[in-house]
Amino acid sequence: MSFKYAFKTAFRGLKTNKSRSLLTVLGIVIGITAIMLVMSLGQGAQDLILGEIQNMGSKTIEIAPGREPKGPSDMFSMFSDSLKQRDFEALENKNNAPHIARVMPLVFGSDSLVAGNETYRATIFGVNDLVVGIYDLEPAVGRFFTDEEARNYADVVVIGQKIKEELFGNEEAFGEKIKIKGRNFKIIGILPKKGQFSFLNFDEAAILPYTTAQRYVFGIKHYNELIAQVDSEENMERTIEDVEATLRANHNIDDPEKDDFYIQTQQEAMDQVSMVTNILTMFLAAVAAISLIVGGVGIMNIMLVSVTERTREIGLRKALGATSREILAQFLMEAIMLTVSGGAIGILLGTAWSFLTSIILSAYLNVNWDFSFPVSAMLLGLGVSALIGLAFGFFPARQAARKSPMEALRYE
Amino acid sequence: MPLIEVKKICKTYFDEGVETRALCDVSFDINEGEFVAIMGPSGSGKSTLLHILGFLDRHTGGQYSFDGKTMDDFSDEELAHVRNKKMGFIFQNFNLLPRTSVLENIKMPLLYSGLAEKEWEERAKVALEAVDMGHRLEHEPSQLSGGEKQRVAIARALVNKPAVIFADEPTGNLDSKSGKIVMEILQKLNEEQGHTVILITHETYTAEHAQRIIKLKDGEIESDRKVDRRMRASEFLK
Repeated sequence: MSFKYAFKTAFRGLKTNKSRSLLTVLGIVIGITAIMLVMSLGQGAQDLILGEIQNMGSKTIEIAPGREPKGPSDMFSMFSDSLKQRDFEALENKNNAPHIARVMPLVFGSDSLVAGNETYRATIFGVNDLVVGIYDLEPAVGRFFTDEEARNYADVVVIGQKIKEELFGNEEAFGEKIKIKGRNFKIIGILPKKGQFSFLNFDEAAILPYTTAQRYVFGIKHYNELIAQVDSEENMERTIEDVEATLRANHNIDDPEKDDFYIQTQQEAMDQVSMVTNILTMFLAAVAAISLIVGGVGIMNIMLVSVTERTREIGLRKALGATSREILAQFLMEAIMLTVSGGAIGILLGTAWSFLTSIILSAYLNVNWDFSFPVSAMLLGLGVSALIGLAFGFFPARQAARKSPMEALRYE
Repeated sequence: MPLIEVKKICKTYFDEGVETRALCDVSFDINEGEFVAIMGPSGSGKSTLLHILGFLDRHTGGQYSFDGKTMDDFSDEELAHVRNKKMGFIFQNFNLLPRTSVLENIKMPLLYSGLAEKEWEERAKVALEAVDMGHRLEHEPSQLSGGEKQRVAIARALVNKPAVIFADEPTGNLDSKSGKIVMEILQKLNEEQGHTVILITHETYTAEHAQRIIKLKDGEIESDRKVDRRMRASEFLK
């Protein structure tokens, strides 16, 4: 029997029981929809996070204090105070790390900003002028503070749009003073509206010179992070080694296992994020796949009923010359058509759903969440649903093929 | 050489350890072109015999040769091919597929024949013309009368140009006029186109349309004789 006719015959078999066929595939539809949704959203989330990381640039090295967190017990070391001013100075020294162009210390926290009668709690960053290049922070009004000002405890601040609106409304903010921890800071720059960027929302940030932030706002002597800019990508590897050597010498560390700092590059961060999101996606897809097994059992159940109901038809076909193999093929084909059409519906639903979700997430979280259509998930969905048809259709189809033509014809 | 050679065949069923003999030591030959009726009351084994002759069931003793080859030599798959190419079946309850057009019903044996698909339509139409049903191609069985259904079933049996047609109580579910039409078609197929026809019935009246009657009783042959005054269905229809 030709494939085309096997297809037609199976199609007719399913069409005679339209509503039952539809209900039968519901399990498969739900399963494939769930898998599509999980994989599409997983991909979208990964793209989003990777995009944010990429914003940092491929020539930056982040040096964080404490041990690299590898488990919950390492969490406390993240608050380590191991990075201090002499580390900053050592890294700026060309003798230690010739390919480091510049270094930026980073301290952060949150505190209340006061302007007149208005108070607003904001994120406070202490940085130097390097931040302009790294996070693309050119002020819309005024200017950024210079390296000179940063090193010399200048009482200046650059504020984000949201803070300007909260504290000053429509009034002029440039040149005004705001109070943090009782100390006055002059507003020398106002950032344009930025939205989320590299996990940070600068609209709600007040940016101070790191020296001022350390001494007058947070009252600390260490840095939360040091960010080094390397002169070119080829020198990344070498510079990481230089940084490690320099800091170990500064901290008197012989054994790399005992490092009280760790280094992260964009590539490393991207690899880690990809791994985490991939594992999460696979895990969720595996959970969703359970519903496919339930759907498959449903298909098997209905196919068994169908085989019993159509015992006479099977007998007739055999009497007219169908071999057992042809009967097997017909019923397998029906099962596969059921599951594959269920899979196709699931792919459509899953795609539409994840498309809607991406729009809603973009609007709600104010992030640039791109819809991604995972071709791999679609192919996987179709393949898996065909496989389920094959696996769960085989037993009923074999029951059909085994019927003796005479017994089958006699069946009432 | 006869088309069908039956030598001392037996059929014994085992049902939950209980042995039932449906056929015992049945022997006869049927030549090509014959019209034979197999008669007997219910339980006489005539249906069992038809199933064995039609390759739908295997016998348990003796020897059955069809077209010069013994049945034991055929695998199940080959039996299916022989049924498809050389045998046509007509049943008491028609056995047409519901919700499927007349044309598609008739094409069914062609599905399994290996014949090129472009010839199917033509074959099916020729077969339908032979039973005078060419005007009902697209109807579904539920829209046909009993007699029409049986004529479609005959067309289906004819479509692969079989050597022998097995008719199992073909008039059993029909009124007498429709029954006559069916018998007329069978006689015509036998005489004009040379098909061997093997008819199963419990009515003497129907059996007398054949040339020869084999009577079964309790699984054995009671008599095997020629019909002296053969019924001509066409004469009753005038």
